[in-house]
Amino acid sequence: MNERREFLKGAIIFFPAGGVLTALAREAAGKETVGKDAPGTDAKAQPNGKKAYNPADHWYGMGVEIDKCIGCNRCAVACKAENDVPDQPFFFRTWVERYTIARSGNVNVENISIGPQLEKAQDAREILRSFFVPKLCNHCANPPCVQVCPVNATFTTPDGAVIVDAERCIGCRYCIQACPYGARYLHPKTRTADKCTFCYHRIVKGLQPACVEVCPTQARIFGDLKSRASRLTRFMRFNKIHVLKPQLNTEPKVYYAQLDGEVR
Amino acid sequence: MKMPEQVNRLAIVIGILVGVTLLTRFVLIPRSLVSTELHWTEAAKREVAKPVKFAGSTVCQDCHEDVAIKKAKGFHKTLACESCHGPAIKHTEDPSAMKPPAPRDRKFCPVCHAYDSSRPTGFPQINPTAHNPLKPCISCHNAHDPVPPKAPRECSACHAQIERAKAVSSHALIGCTTCHNAPARHKTAPRQALPSKPETREFCGTCHGAAGKKAPKEAPKVDLSTHGGRSLCWECHYPHLPEGRV
Repeated sequence: MNERREFLKGAIIFFPAGGVLTALAREAAGKETVGKDAPGTDAKAQPNGKKAYNPADHWYGMGVEIDKCIGCNRCAVACKAENDVPDQPFFFRTWVERYTIARSGNVNVENISIGPQLEKAQDAREILRSFFVPKLCNHCANPPCVQVCPVNATFTTPDGAVIVDAERCIGCRYCIQACPYGARYLHPKTRTADKCTFCYHRIVKGLQPACVEVCPTQARIFGDLKSRASRLTRFMRFNKIHVLKPQLNTEPKVYYAQLDGEVR
Repeated sequence: MKMPEQVNRLAIVIGILVGVTLLTRFVLIPRSLVSTELHWTEAAKREVAKPVKFAGSTVCQDCHEDVAIKKAKGFHKTLACESCHGPAIKHTEDPSAMKPPAPRDRKFCPVCHAYDSSRPTGFPQINPTAHNPLKPCISCHNAHDPVPPKAPRECSACHAQIERAKAVSSHALIGCTTCHNAPARHKTAPRQALPSKPETREFCGTCHGAAGKKAPKEAPKVDLSTHGGRSLCWECHYPHLPEGRV
C-alpha cells in the first residue's frame, strides 16, 4: 500500500518535469534556427554591403616556406599575445624548431621558441645543413584528435579549422596523446585542451592569423583552398609542396615548401 | 508455466520505467538538445567572439601614411607594423589611450638580424657583439627604410663558402665576374635577380681548350672534341675547386 503511494507521488513529480523538458525543447529549437546562421554574423547582409560570412564557402589552409623562415620567433610571440596562451615557455599553439643535420647523419631538433634564441656553440664544420621549421596545428582534414574525443568537444568547422569547445572539454588529454604533431596542450588555467584555431576569430573577419600577420619574411601564407585566387592557392601552384607525416593519412592542411626529408 | 504474481507486477513497473525513459530520451528531449552540430555552432560563435588584438597591417596606413609609403619602398616592405610595434588594436580604437611601443635598443633588431647559421643564405645578419657595440641600431639604420650603410661589394659577403673553396684552388686568381655576370640588383634582391652561369663547354674551353690563348700556360689543356664526350665540364669538375693542381 505504502509503495503504491510513493510511486504515485513520483509520477506526480515526473509529469510536470516532462512539461519543463518540452519547454526546453521549444527553447532549443529556437536556438537551432539561430545556429544555422554563420557564426559571428547576422543573417542579414552586413551594413557595409559585404555578404555575410558563410563558413561553408571556405576551406582554409596554411603554407610555410622553409627557405624564408629566419627563426625570429615573432610568430610564437604574436600567437601568445593574440590568443592568451600562457607565458610559460612550454605552452605553444605555434612554435619554431631548428633542425641541425650533422655530417654523421645525426639530426638535432631544438624548439627555439623555448630555449635561447641564439644557437649554441657548435663546430660549424660538423654541420651539414641547418634550417628552421615553423610548426603549428596542421588542421588535418582527417583529424585523429577529433576522432578520439569522448565528448565531441573538438571538431572541424565548416571552413576547415579544428577547434576545441572549452565548455564541453573535460580535460582528459586524450586528444593531446592522439595528435601526431604535438600541437595540443592542456591549458593550465582552464584545465582544458587548447590548440591553434587558425585565429578563427580573425579569419572570419577577413584578417590574417596573428602569426601570418607578423611574419617578417612572409614565410607563412594563409589562404582559402576553395578560392582559386587566394595566396595559398598561388603558393601551392608555384611551389613543390609536402606535408608532415603524410603516411598517417591525417591529410594536413599546413603545406610546407622546401621541406627537408629529415623533418618529422 | 505460470509466472508468480509479484514478478508480473515488477515486470509491468520496469516496463513502464523503460518506456518512460525511452520516451523522454527520444521524444521529449529534442534532437537539437543533444545534437553535436548545435553545440559546435555555439562553440564556433564563442570562438569568433574572442577579442582581436592585432589590428592588421592595412589599418595603420590610414593615419600613418607617410611611414607606410616609406616602408613600402624599402627592404622592410614585407614587415607588418605590428611585427615590431606589437599588438595595437587598442591604438586603432583610441589613439591616445594606448601608444604602441617602438623598440629602440640594441636588443630587438638582432632577434632577426643576429648571425645564425640556420638562417637562409643572403638574409642580412650581423654579429651583435662586434657590430658597432653600444650604439643603438637606429642611430645608423632607419627601421622603416633600412639600408645597409654599404651594399655588399664582394660576393664573399654572402657566398663565403664558395669564396673559401676558391681561395685555395687553382682558380684563386679568377674573379667571380669572369664566369658570372651579376646584375647590380642581385645585391639588394638576391633571389629575384640571379647572376648568370656559364652554359657551354666552349666557355671553359676559352682557357682549357687546345686553342686557349687567354689562360696562362700552366692551365691544363684538353681537346674539347675528344675530352668528356657530350658531358658538360661542371658535371665532372667543380669549377670553384677544380681538382688539378699546378
